[in-house]
Amino acid sequence: MASINEEFEVSKAFPPLEDLGRSGPCATMFLENSEVTSHTVTKSHQEAFVNPTSEVTEVHVLAVDDSVLDRKMIETLLRNSSYKVTTVDSGDKALEVLGIEGSLGLQFNISLIITDYCMPGMTGYDLLKRVKETSALKEIPVVIMSSENVPNRIQRCLEEGAKEFIMKPVKLTDVERLKLHISSPQMSCHVDQSSKLCNKRKFASEGCETQNTGRRTRPSGLTVVA
Amino acid sequence: MEVLRLQQQLIELTNSLFQEGFLDDQFTQLQMLQDANNPDFIQEVVTLFAEDSERILAELTKTLETEPIDFKRIDAYVHQFKGSSSSIGAQRVKAVCVDFRAYAETENREGCCQALQQIKQEFFLIKSKLEALLQLEQQILAAGGSLPVME
Repeated sequence: MASINEEFEVSKAFPPLEDLGRSGPCATMFLENSEVTSHTVTKSHQEAFVNPTSEVTEVHVLAVDDSVLDRKMIETLLRNSSYKVTTVDSGDKALEVLGIEGSLGLQFNISLIITDYCMPGMTGYDLLKRVKETSALKEIPVVIMSSENVPNRIQRCLEEGAKEFIMKPVKLTDVERLKLHISSPQMSCHVDQSSKLCNKRKFASEGCETQNTGRRTRPSGLTVVA
Repeated sequence: MEVLRLQQQLIELTNSLFQEGFLDDQFTQLQMLQDANNPDFIQEVVTLFAEDSERILAELTKTLETEPIDFKRIDAYVHQFKGSSSSIGAQRVKAVCVDFRAYAETENREGCCQALQQIKQEFFLIKSKLEALLQLEQQILAAGGSLPVME
């Protein structure tokens, strides 16, 4: 059936299908041939699925990276910060999860996308553009990761609507900061606007610096041909 | 006491790896992520790194042996290797990657061959040291001790 499942790792925090009550705005999941292993369902999780009007406290992040090691890293970092995580190894797979391609009928309620920049095929920038061009997805905050400090690249991503550009290797403090980009639905417009402004101000005043002023910048004369 | 001796060995080995520049503070991040929920995290990451690196090294060797040499391909693989060594905190491997990319950029065949040899050496070195570290951890846990918390 779907070959996507070989590379498609679903967080263990998802409840078994039979535990889902009515599907609500929080998420509708159809997992075929899923590799969801046994796990426990937390009370708040149950409430989120059974009672659509209750506040969703858990955040689901979609992480995109072609490196198996980096996927392991980002998944652990995110879970450590209490996020639910789904990892995929390409922009195409990310779009499938987000429902653009919709071929597997997979739909998740993704609150944040964190993607590597340099990937074969669709780069993180291409994925960012696709997300921002899709009305159903453009409100999802997107964060780009890269191992290279290339000012043009950073600027392009921020201008295209990325919330932040994180230098690899990603640290726990970077991941904890992601919470700032995730807003409750009622506040989404207000917070997005102000954080967008914040990004631009910081970028303008600090030149090539990324948002994390504590980070040493690594000068790079090399640009990877993605 | 056996556990105490093993713990001291582990501390000494870990400290020397940092002091001699084999590992940088990214490895400390990994240690912080290993906890009760993720007891085997470092083991898993080291295994992934080893497998990924061996794959890349095989590809690099093949690419350098194929005429004409595809330097862009070399650059792409070294970029991957740089990324993964950076993620695990393997500082010396990462440093060789930087030099390697410079040689690939200038299409310096001799430089690339040398860099490949060097990277293989550094990789096998860090791999064996990390394996020793993990083995000590296993021994400590098996003897009923707990892992010392690193500064």
